[in-house]
Amino acid sequence: MNLLVTPLLPLLGSFILIVAGSRLPKRMVPLVGAGSVGLSAIATLILGYRFISNSLTSIDITAWQWMDVAGFSPAIAFHLDALSLIFIFVITFVGFLIHVYSAEYMIDDDGYARFFAYLNLFVCSMLTLVLANNLVLLYFGWEGVGLCSYLLIGFWYTEEKNGYAARKAFIVTRVGDTALGIGLFMLFQHFNTLNIQEIATQAPQHWAVGSETAMIVSLLLLGGAVGKSAQLPLQTWLPDAMAGPSPVSALIHAATMVTAGVYLIARTHAIFELAPDALMIVGIVGAATLVMAGFTALTQYDLKRVLAYSTISQIGYMFMALGVSAWSAAIFHFMIHAFFKALLFLAAGAVIHALHNEQDMYKMGGLKKKLPVIYWTFLIGASSLAALPLLTGGFYSKDQILWLSLAGEHGNIWFFLFGLLGAFITSIYTFRMLFLTFFGEEKTHVHHVPGNGINIPLLILAGLSTIGGFIELPHSFGHFTVFSDFLKPVLPSISIQEGFEGIEWMIQLIAAGVAISGVYVAYVFYILKPGLSVELKSSAADLNSFFFSGWGFDALYDKFIVRPFVWIANINKRDIVDQLYEGLVWGANALNRVLAFTQSGILRWYIMGIVIGGILLLALGIVKG
Amino acid sequence: MILVAFVTILMVGGIFAWIIANWNKDLARWISVAALSIDFILGISIWWQNPTIESSTWLLQFTAKWVPSLGISFSLAIDGLSLLMLLLTFFLGIFGVLISWNEIQDRVGFFHFNLLWVLAGITGVFLTMDLFLFYFFWEVMLIPMYFLIGIWGHENRRYAAYKFFIFTQASGLLMLLAILGLYFVHGRATGTFTFNYFDLLNTQMSAGVERWLMLGFLAAFVVKLPVVPFHTWLPDAHSQASTAGSLILAGLLLKTGAYGLIRFVLPLFPSASAEIAPWAMLFGVIGILYGASLAFSQTDLKRLVAYTSVSHMGFVIFGVFAFNEIAMQGVVMQMITHGISTGALFVLAGSIYERIHTRDITSMGGFWTKAPFMSVVGLIFVLASLGLPGLGNFVAEFLTLIGSWQANPVLTIFATLGVVAATAYSLRIMQKVFLGNFTTDKTIPDLSFREKIIMIPLVISIIWLGLFPQPVMNVVKKVISIQFVTEKVSTTENSNGDK
Repeated sequence: MNLLVTPLLPLLGSFILIVAGSRLPKRMVPLVGAGSVGLSAIATLILGYRFISNSLTSIDITAWQWMDVAGFSPAIAFHLDALSLIFIFVITFVGFLIHVYSAEYMIDDDGYARFFAYLNLFVCSMLTLVLANNLVLLYFGWEGVGLCSYLLIGFWYTEEKNGYAARKAFIVTRVGDTALGIGLFMLFQHFNTLNIQEIATQAPQHWAVGSETAMIVSLLLLGGAVGKSAQLPLQTWLPDAMAGPSPVSALIHAATMVTAGVYLIARTHAIFELAPDALMIVGIVGAATLVMAGFTALTQYDLKRVLAYSTISQIGYMFMALGVSAWSAAIFHFMIHAFFKALLFLAAGAVIHALHNEQDMYKMGGLKKKLPVIYWTFLIGASSLAALPLLTGGFYSKDQILWLSLAGEHGNIWFFLFGLLGAFITSIYTFRMLFLTFFGEEKTHVHHVPGNGINIPLLILAGLSTIGGFIELPHSFGHFTVFSDFLKPVLPSISIQEGFEGIEWMIQLIAAGVAISGVYVAYVFYILKPGLSVELKSSAADLNSFFFSGWGFDALYDKFIVRPFVWIANINKRDIVDQLYEGLVWGANALNRVLAFTQSGILRWYIMGIVIGGILLLALGIVKG
Repeated sequence: MILVAFVTILMVGGIFAWIIANWNKDLARWISVAALSIDFILGISIWWQNPTIESSTWLLQFTAKWVPSLGISFSLAIDGLSLLMLLLTFFLGIFGVLISWNEIQDRVGFFHFNLLWVLAGITGVFLTMDLFLFYFFWEVMLIPMYFLIGIWGHENRRYAAYKFFIFTQASGLLMLLAILGLYFVHGRATGTFTFNYFDLLNTQMSAGVERWLMLGFLAAFVVKLPVVPFHTWLPDAHSQASTAGSLILAGLLLKTGAYGLIRFVLPLFPSASAEIAPWAMLFGVIGILYGASLAFSQTDLKRLVAYTSVSHMGFVIFGVFAFNEIAMQGVVMQMITHGISTGALFVLAGSIYERIHTRDITSMGGFWTKAPFMSVVGLIFVLASLGLPGLGNFVAEFLTLIGSWQANPVLTIFATLGVVAATAYSLRIMQKVFLGNFTTDKTIPDLSFREKIIMIPLVISIIWLGLFPQPVMNVVKKVISIQFVTEKVSTTENSNGDK
């Protein structure tokens, strides 16, 4: 199976839907939309089978030479290795499930074909991003997913606020992209190529560990990553991005696109390894983001916004893992997170649909009986997010990060403590969400119970987020390392600091305890004594609103960047430079008027002029003489 | 001979159209389309015969005596750069006629005469290798354009036409002085007085003289390009001109400035150009950011697009003075892709104006519901304008920036920030015009067949340039790389000087 088929099929689907979309019969639309991604997923399976059974390390294919100018020669060329295989597997499979779900979910929407066209285009761009063999093509995919994100956030375009959220997402991520772009310029200057593999092999020869240039390049790449992955300080766009339809939030803003930053750093790990300080900063960004977003998630009442902040927070874990060089742990958490977060978003979407677009959790409740499938799958997703021990995938992936952030060769007690704090908050807000939505009294009537098109994808994702965890078991518990072994040719494995070898089980016990106590806290606050949370909220109203607003970042940017820019732009609407030329014209006219005034037609003025002139000339002659 | 034909076909076609319009207006339009199509096919055939242009820089040359006693000759020549510019001229020219089919009903013959003569002037500018003739064609472009703005423009057309005329004429006169200066300097030094471009290359002169002469040429080109702060004629001219006028102004006339920089300023005055390079790049960056900020605040759709041109043309001067092959290749791509994408945006603005009779974006919105085809086209060109990969403008800007980085990293950072600003103003167009709620009480029919005939080729070409830019870049590869063989030394000196 040709490697090109995987990204090409969704592109074809998108093309058909754009060109023929409105003329296609309605049932053809999901057939094309979901069908193309489904075929692409099958192609991925075949590719993966060939890759593993022949124990290949990579498959390379060049479609055509994109540009070739004076040594700058990026091609439209794909490179499949273990890392990209995991990504395309997640993208096509989770993507396919979300497409299937959307077929039912979006059925009543006028823009049915448009929706699938964008979604297919997204899948194609995302596949290009992770398969690109050079950074320019990666950037192509990178911007392509950004575009689709923009289009899908603003999918319901008649609402002004959706348009605003969409533009915000595009512009904020573009700030990061600028950094990424400059990073590319620097890389090209130093290596005379932007081919990722070539850079990876040349970098260690070119730069010493700790080199300043490597540091700058790494930070620029990080700039791109924090924009796309909604990490501090460019995280503000993601919560607003929830304006898009729920399947979009599931696919783009949880499972795939927002993890592009993680992919980028993992992909260019050879550079980051030469800049330990930059890696440290990656870890700090992750740790700070995961705690910040966790606290914010605690205070939200919009179901999707809780999930959005939770996504920011979970990607924070991945960044922290990258920061301590726990490469495969980061990718493992990416995969498991893609399963359970897609599940949670889709389930949330089903709830919102069932309640006639009600998103406020405080107006939900008691849905456990009314929507049993949604409830059980949501519960599985939530347990995974909260990393409840033993049975959930999230436990194994998050536990690995916590362990390595402490005991890994670049581990550090602070990372571990932040991670632990984050884990505690995560399980509180997750179960707060679950309790508010599904327990207690019914506050909004259920209009509509989702059908199989929605239930089946949920069930499959629930299965994946459970079994997914078992492919990588810790040393102390099974010691099964298929996942990290698979990644080993691409991402170096990590060694454990001396003195930590024996205590992994202790860390696991602590992590498990923290997760369970979080659930208990949520239980106390939202089931046992609901009054407590209200009391707490009012006793710390300021802090609550600070957290609620996402720690004031929006207000800060608005005040110091957006408004000054708009102010300057508006005040100069008439173009000050043009006013200068207008001034020139005005001056010429004024001079003309003054001079014209002398041409009055009154004879005595003229005589006077002649006389004065004559006197002046005479005087001049006398003085000079 | 084919080179002379390029110009004469347009000039003769223009005269015919003028005469025939007295009897049949549509026939005049068809004649114009035919004249441009013949030229386009001729251009394509030259490309067809020389697909990669490896053998020699100059594909065709034509020289006839004109005023031999003064060293003036009728000398035309075509290389890869001229060829691309010509193809762009005829390509957009055809759409200029098509878009005016309904819009222009008044003095149809004279309109098409002016349209074809502007294009003939532009064609001459891209072809001529005699500086006297160059100045002649430079003026031939100017006067018909003045009429195109002043007669068939919008409400404030007189003012805009005067402004356009004064800016270009004043700066053109400076160029004339410089041409004459170069003529005499060369004549004194060698004894042969000539306006021939090839003879004037490598003229020996003192640094001071070189600088002044270079500034004379530069004046004409930076006004035309335009470079901030000489840009203020442009928003008025673009917004007041008829659709075809705006299309030709943005798509082609600006490119003559860029062409002049590449063809004349750099080769004739290499060391003076290297001297001002950092300043020129600085003004490029200022243009990029200043134009973007103004574009963001405009409410007149055509004026908005005009300021985006100022911003995009900033990349041209920025890249030209980076003095390296990659950036220069980016500049050439920018000239082509900007011509197409901005031209298309003006065509769209014109189509919208025909429907709702306003250019004010605050009274637009929600067109997607009523006119999805138009909106998708709009989306594509808005994305082109913000430099989305996959579309031609990305290739242009990325090459310009990655090349300029080698010359001046600090300024390149600021130029790259222009891309963020471009996102802001471009998405604003999208939001105000196509998204949001449909509010006007007027009906918005989707693009007509004729309009689709215009937009579909433009869409295809901008995507084609984004995905397969190499064939186009091969055409100018030789022209560009030759320039930088000799200038490698000065480039390195220059970049060292900056650090």
